Amino acid sequence: MELLYFGDKGWGDELFFATLMTIAVSITAMIIGFIFAALFTPLKLSNNKFLNSIGNAYTTVIRGVPELLVIYLFFFGGSGAIMFVASIFGYNDYIEINAFLTGSFSIGIISGAYSTEVFRGALQSIDKGQFEAAKVLGFNKYIYFFKIILPQMLRLAIPNLSNVWQITLKDTSLISVTGLVEIMRQSYIAAGSTRDPLFFYSFAAVLYLMLTFLSMQLLNRLETKYSKGY
Amino acid sequence: MINSFPKLLNATLITLKLLSVSLILGLFIGLGFAILRMNNNKLINKFAYGYSYIFRGTPLLVQIFIIYFGLGQIEYLRTTFLWVVLKEPYWCAIIAFSLNTGAYTSEILRSAFQTIKPGYLEAGRSLGIPSKIIFTKIQIPIAIKQSLPAYGNEIILMLKGTSLASTVTLMDLTGVAKYIISTTFKPVEVFIVAGGIYLFMTFIIHNVIKYLEKKYGFQT
Repeated sequence: MELLYFGDKGWGDELFFATLMTIAVSITAMIIGFIFAALFTPLKLSNNKFLNSIGNAYTTVIRGVPELLVIYLFFFGGSGAIMFVASIFGYNDYIEINAFLTGSFSIGIISGAYSTEVFRGALQSIDKGQFEAAKVLGFNKYIYFFKIILPQMLRLAIPNLSNVWQITLKDTSLISVTGLVEIMRQSYIAAGSTRDPLFFYSFAAVLYLMLTFLSMQLLNRLETKYSKGY
Repeated sequence: MINSFPKLLNATLITLKLLSVSLILGLFIGLGFAILRMNNNKLINKFAYGYSYIFRGTPLLVQIFIIYFGLGQIEYLRTTFLWVVLKEPYWCAIIAFSLNTGAYTSEILRSAFQTIKPGYLEAGRSLGIPSKIIFTKIQIPIAIKQSLPAYGNEIILMLKGTSLASTVTLMDLTGVAKYIISTTFKPVEVFIVAGGIYLFMTFIIHNVIKYLEKKYGFQT
């Protein structure tokens, strides 16, 4: 237990901040994922064949390729791509993007593919009459989307989104390969310097279990809140 | 890009080996725990639930690291025959993958067994069929049919999961891809080739499952 003391002697504070880092990366990735989902869900539902195939390509490729490979692509290719864009604008110095951004971005793209599928499914299961009624009644676009479609979509999407959240949370452990100090990386460092991998990796497992357990409690509450009236 | 193709294809064999062995072991583990989950004894039930909760609630990476780096630390294990297995990264990866997919499979099978209408079992019993035959000839075929779509997803998730073997020094498809990327610094090209191979495998698995779904698609 001494290993978990806060301060110089133990790894308690380091692991605490690493846990915060995991939470921060997961939330950022989830938000980036929502942005991707907001872009690609309309494409997947579009009648235009070309747009439709772009949307399908995104979800198929990302969901069919290992997360680790996607992370390596952005980790090794990310700064190269940004430097290429910068060189077009006449900036030729070396640019290094920080591990937090690369990590959240790559996990975000993955989580976005799952979110896209969830939103598509939710939108498709809303009764068609709702869209038609809203149009017939002449609501403006803002009310049409935010007051009529979105609340119904959220109710259907939240149970599946909480699955996406779990996947995203667990995927953040893979960012440790890029050197970002989250739970997994911190346990790796601690295990290396104390020669006690069993303890630290088991403790990491406990931390992840706590995170998944607590977030499920929160999300279940959200689910009951949004399914009011049904 | 073309030079790297044979190397990646070679590594695909390791990925497939990891996948098939852990799926087979995982299926047995999953079936075992699914049966335990349906046991009426609360303690056994809780134990099986705890198993699947822990393995589904933690990242696969943690599980591999505990087995590969962690278990080697126990002095006692080093003296037993288990050490022959545990010192090999290949077997550690397989143990971790099987336990992980076993947890997910047990949940899939449990829900498949529970959705079987009680009428089928009652009909079987009233016809005087022994309970062993009810299990193998009635419950299992229906459960296979019910669980196929979810199990197909699990196979694809596991295919992606095998990429984590590269973190314990195994040179599977992702491991070789990473090695080529870090030596040639051509991430996009290697990603396209390796990703293409993964997508091809996903495509085949998807279609095999679709075919099986049709084959087992009897009305229940």
